Amino acid sequence: MTYLRFVWLHLAKDLRLEWRSRDAINGMLFFSLLVVVLFSFAFDPTAAVSRQIAGGILWVALLFASTTALNQTWTRELRNQGLDAQRLAPAPASALLLGKTLANFLFVTVIQIILAPLFIIFYNLHALGQGWLLFLVLPLGTWALVMNGTFFAALGLRTRNRELMLPLILFPLSIPALLSMVQATTGILVGDPDPVLWIKLLAGYCIIFTVVCLLMFETVLAAE
Amino acid sequence: MNIFFYQHDLPLVFLATTILLLLGWQFKKLLSAWLALTLAVLAYGFYLAIFVAPADAEQGNVFRIFFYHVPSAIMALVFPYVNFVAALFYLGLRRSNPLGALKADAFALAAAEVTLVFTTICLATGILWGKAAWGIWWAWDARLTSLLLLWLLYVSYLLVRRFSSTGQTQTLAAILSVFAAVDVPIVYMSIRWWRTQHPSPVFFGGQDSGVDPSMMPAFLWNWLGWGMWGIFLIALRYGLERKRQVRAQSIAMHAIDAGLEGNAC
Repeated sequence: MTYLRFVWLHLAKDLRLEWRSRDAINGMLFFSLLVVVLFSFAFDPTAAVSRQIAGGILWVALLFASTTALNQTWTRELRNQGLDAQRLAPAPASALLLGKTLANFLFVTVIQIILAPLFIIFYNLHALGQGWLLFLVLPLGTWALVMNGTFFAALGLRTRNRELMLPLILFPLSIPALLSMVQATTGILVGDPDPVLWIKLLAGYCIIFTVVCLLMFETVLAAE
Repeated sequence: MNIFFYQHDLPLVFLATTILLLLGWQFKKLLSAWLALTLAVLAYGFYLAIFVAPADAEQGNVFRIFFYHVPSAIMALVFPYVNFVAALFYLGLRRSNPLGALKADAFALAAAEVTLVFTTICLATGILWGKAAWGIWWAWDARLTSLLLLWLLYVSYLLVRRFSSTGQTQTLAAILSVFAAVDVPIVYMSIRWWRTQHPSPVFFGGQDSGVDPSMMPAFLWNWLGWGMWGIFLIALRYGLERKRQVRAQSIAMHAIDAGLEGNAC
């Protein structure tokens, strides 16, 4: 079997599990919706202000929502010693991580597709810059969050209070990614001439951390 | 300008080195001698910084915090590398030489804790200085924010060590250390594009940078003193952690022995 086939099998399994339970997507969707509504109450923004802050709110909401789901993706594996089986399996460890990350990426993308119209309604948004660039920023930003998030959820799996551990590790590390996502999104929404610098930085962040995560995952999975 | 020590200071350095060598390389003796020497250098540095160095042309006496702020900033940027290298050694040795890997891990832990100490000092002195010089406590500027990020990363590093179950702590911490090392340059670049208020580096910052030559001795002696203090803390903490590791090993050995005897009966 080739590497891609292993990745596909892991991905298909996670998608099937999610299709049957729909835990992650429902939980994340309602959570991020609540965050959006709460921020709207907290700041009570006008149209101009909301254009300035919408990028930040969107990404913070997604970051919070995805941490709630990321822990679940690994606790699933703990049931019935699934993770021990994965450790013994002759498949490359990084294929497991990549499959799970792709699955989580798809879940968060679904959330974004549902959330985007709500955002436009609640915050009276329309982009003043090149709106199509958002189709570049959103997947890149989601990948940056989900890649590190899935990796550190696996790392935090062995710690005593794992629910708390994931945000404690993930948030500090994600700050450059968060900064560039928010800057790029806000730049596009307010019509800033050059959000491309931030998109480049975001792409660089994604590439670097994808490589590091894939290289280190074997160590995490086998850590004893 | 003479960057290194002024000529009248050189004999002192030689004398100190000789004393250290004469005392022999026993860890405890060396450590106490090192501490005594560090305190002497720090006292001399304090004397130079407070009484000898002239007041700054623009900032007056407030500027004297520079002699503490910049050395701790330099140390806060050096010790993470020590932690990173030790973590790499741990990851490399963990299968082939587990006992050597434990030493590397003790070193990584010591370096991480000392990093946190110097980062905290640097942030605290920076906040005090910022209030006096800029009129604000804090600015979300490139250098301040990246140092704060460094502080946060090492807090999370120590939290992971605290929370993880024994046996996996070292590996998980070493992985996190690698991630921190990858993250910090990205943080620095991203925040530099974002905004900048902190003055450009005083040293190696291009033309017009650098302090007046009359302030150099005070700076260099304080730099030396705080560097020695950092090394002292790392050595002390390393020794403590090694003791804890050896004790944990012997307890485990006793448990295994007891188990074997129990089976024999």
